[in-house]
Amino acid sequence: MSVATKESRLGAWIAMGIGTTYFLLPLIATFEFSLRMKRGEYSFEAYNVVFGDPQFQATFGYSIVMAIATIFVGVLLVVPTAYWVHLRMPKLRPLVEFITLLPLVIPAIVIVFGYLRMYNSSSIIPLTGSERATDFLLVCSYVTLSLPYMYRSVDTGLRTIDVRTLTEAAEVLGANRATILLRVIFPNISSAILSGAFLTFAVVVGEFTMASLLDRPAFGPYLQLMGANRAYEPSALAIIAFIVTWASMGLINVFGRNAHTKPTR
Amino acid sequence: MSAATQPPTINAITPPGRKPLNLNLLGVAPFFIFALLFLLLPTAYLMVGAFQDAEGHFTLKNLAGLLEANVLDAYWISFKISIASSVAGGLLGFLLAWAAVLGKLPGWIRPTLMTFSGVASNFAGVPLAFAFLATLGRMGLVTILLKKYLDFNIYSTGFSILSFVGLTLTYLYFQIPLMVLIVTPALEGLKKEWREACDCLGGSTVQYWRYIAMPVLWPSILGAMLLLFANAFGAVATAYSLTGSSLNIVPILLYAQIRGDVLHNPNLGYAMALGMIVITGLANAGYMVLRSKTDRRSA
Amino acid sequence: MAFLEISNIQKRFGSQTAVHDFSISIEKGEFITFLGPSGCGKTTILRMLAGFETPSIGSIVFDGKDVTHVPTNQRNVGMVFQSYALFPNMTVAENIGFGLKVANAGKAEIENRVREMLKLIKLDALADRYPWQMSGGQQQRVALARALANKPKVLLLDEPLSALDAKIRISLREEIRELQRALGITTVFVTHDQEEALSISDRIVVLNEGRVEQTGTPSSIYNFPRTRFVASFIGTLNQLSGEVVDTAKGEIRVGTQTLITSNPLDDLRNGQPCTLAIRPEAITLDDAGAGKNTVQTLVDDVSFLGSIVRIRTHLGSESLSMDVFNDPNQKLPVRGDTVSLSFAFENLLVLA
Repeated sequence: MSVATKESRLGAWIAMGIGTTYFLLPLIATFEFSLRMKRGEYSFEAYNVVFGDPQFQATFGYSIVMAIATIFVGVLLVVPTAYWVHLRMPKLRPLVEFITLLPLVIPAIVIVFGYLRMYNSSSIIPLTGSERATDFLLVCSYVTLSLPYMYRSVDTGLRTIDVRTLTEAAEVLGANRATILLRVIFPNISSAILSGAFLTFAVVVGEFTMASLLDRPAFGPYLQLMGANRAYEPSALAIIAFIVTWASMGLINVFGRNAHTKPTR
Repeated sequence: MSAATQPPTINAITPPGRKPLNLNLLGVAPFFIFALLFLLLPTAYLMVGAFQDAEGHFTLKNLAGLLEANVLDAYWISFKISIASSVAGGLLGFLLAWAAVLGKLPGWIRPTLMTFSGVASNFAGVPLAFAFLATLGRMGLVTILLKKYLDFNIYSTGFSILSFVGLTLTYLYFQIPLMVLIVTPALEGLKKEWREACDCLGGSTVQYWRYIAMPVLWPSILGAMLLLFANAFGAVATAYSLTGSSLNIVPILLYAQIRGDVLHNPNLGYAMALGMIVITGLANAGYMVLRSKTDRRSA
Repeated sequence: MAFLEISNIQKRFGSQTAVHDFSISIEKGEFITFLGPSGCGKTTILRMLAGFETPSIGSIVFDGKDVTHVPTNQRNVGMVFQSYALFPNMTVAENIGFGLKVANAGKAEIENRVREMLKLIKLDALADRYPWQMSGGQQQRVALARALANKPKVLLLDEPLSALDAKIRISLREEIRELQRALGITTVFVTHDQEEALSISDRIVVLNEGRVEQTGTPSSIYNFPRTRFVASFIGTLNQLSGEVVDTAKGEIRVGTQTLITSNPLDDLRNGQPCTLAIRPEAITLDDAGAGKNTVQTLVDDVSFLGSIVRIRTHLGSESLSMDVFNDPNQKLPVRGDTVSLSFAFENLLVLA
């Protein structure tokens, strides 16, 4: 082994060491801080307070419901579209891909700003009028936010299973389009869908900007409020949020082959 | 009646297997309708509104309003934070990715780094702000440990987590992983045979990086940094939770404007949004140009 | 002292031994090929010659200098890779001149050498092209020029033709051989293609599972394989199982017939089972003459392969193939016929 290799390996270990420190330190610090609620001793008091807080339960529950609704709508929207583009309208592919990448270019705050202006009480489609309607608007905003990940995941999944051949094989055997979609395509890209779903879940649960500006009782604004008013509970919440995000990504690894790849545009 | 005067009948039989165009469009219609209603139109609404005054007439006054002191300041601070976090995040992320891919470390390190980067790049927003407050805030773990064991009070040097430096440091937490995720494929694209060929021809490590690796990698690195820039420019939640309105970056100002028209000119908000879109759009366009340069070259 | 002396090198990767005790002396200007299937260790040995790997034991000496622990960039070897490995950000001219550039040669010197090399590989017109603008064959010729531009002591080629189309493979291997002859450069060539090895080498080393099976000229390896592996790896071969009847007389029983071989049976005893081999081209479709064995076989299949007709027969449970040149006037046997095949005593090879 040459000298150069030994030197570069030392450098690599140093880089890894510094990196690990930078990334683990905040997690350790947050956890440690969250245990400090009871003066003088370490305890899980902060967590008790948090879990017992009815606001926590309400907002966390709300965000989970929103996340599930987002995933549901997102899948219903993306899967047939991706399938169609793959199979019947490949010319539309560049346009569709461009659209799905726009949410990564246009900041979330701009998007929700647009909603507030277009769909407020004085417009043609007054969606901010009632709570339910605003909830609907929020779900739509979340679907838009998660579009890049969901589409990318499903698109890669479709490419992996060679949709065209599968569809033709099913057609030859006499299946109609709905059957093909439901019983041939869907099961085969289920892992890709789950991938996208878990990523969406992680993004939605902690989301702040949309929920805050649309004035909905979601987990993100609740977190921010706690941060402004309390000392120790925010750290406990941060740890909880991190665990939720980690769990979601971990489940992607379990289910998805195309895990944790950001859309390469 | 002779056959010649009868109108010719055209049997319109669609060739077997070809579905009529309308049916196909129907399949993708929901997507386009959704995109129109919830992505394209709202954005267009803002962009048009940027050129209108309160009565709806065309004007460039709003754009001029962007040059107002506090708005310009906001853009400048945003620009500084985004540059700082994207350059620092880019360099540090590149070093980490290099260490994992080319550093000849044990095999489990690379997948672990990639998984962690996937999680950490999504760990932005409010919880991240809390985490850094708990680390480097006045009562933070690192602050206390440094005071206790090294008798060094970082706050006496004028440092504060609630500042430009603090926010940048916090942004790095998701910028570095994002860089790792984007740049790792490029590093993996460096063929080991190139290094070996360079060795055979007598080249040193420095010469390899200078003449071969860096020329091949720089479009990817620069492109990734542009993405990081755009990412930082549009981020709201982390800044809001950490520095609030004490550090007036554009997203924060826009947030306040949306909430309460602090600028006393609703259409100015549109102009600010337009400014944001233009900047992030340019950064992304730059990324695409650099991406295509890499793609064309890879044989 | 040979130009390239490899002494007792061994390479272990953890608990696996990739190369067992390999030694060879290579003369200056010799073209030697390491031949064998994947995993036989040929590439590992080549990489040790280049310096990418260090032998666990043993030494490598180039022209009197021990280079076993010398880093690659100080050995002055030329290397051609299977994947061409041209630097994608440089033109053909820049690629070829790279070795001189890192040695801080003058601009004029680099230009002259590059021009010289381009003329050698007959690609003068492509000097300003980039690798992705060229075909595989062109890229490999540039890779060859790049390796030779530095005037290396030894030229190493790692399966350079495997990624190319069949026709290009043949023309390029001849070009490589001609270049090598013209420059007189000591060359080590690695391949798994036995036809390639046979056609261009001065000597061939056949390797299997990290060990040398046989070393020799192409002709001796082909005509006198010493082990079963070499015999079946090179060319097509008929293999028969038999039992030694009389070692002095060279008699061996195969099935119900007794055959005679003029090859030595010293290692064997009477009654011991053995493996025999006959090349298809050594067999003729006729009755015996003096010094020839004759066997009666049953025809299974007659395949027309263009210039050759392959007749597959069987003798008991053993199958025997033979080739005859295509002659439209010759009457060929058909499936089910009984035919006489004969071959000379010395063509009945005895394998280990």
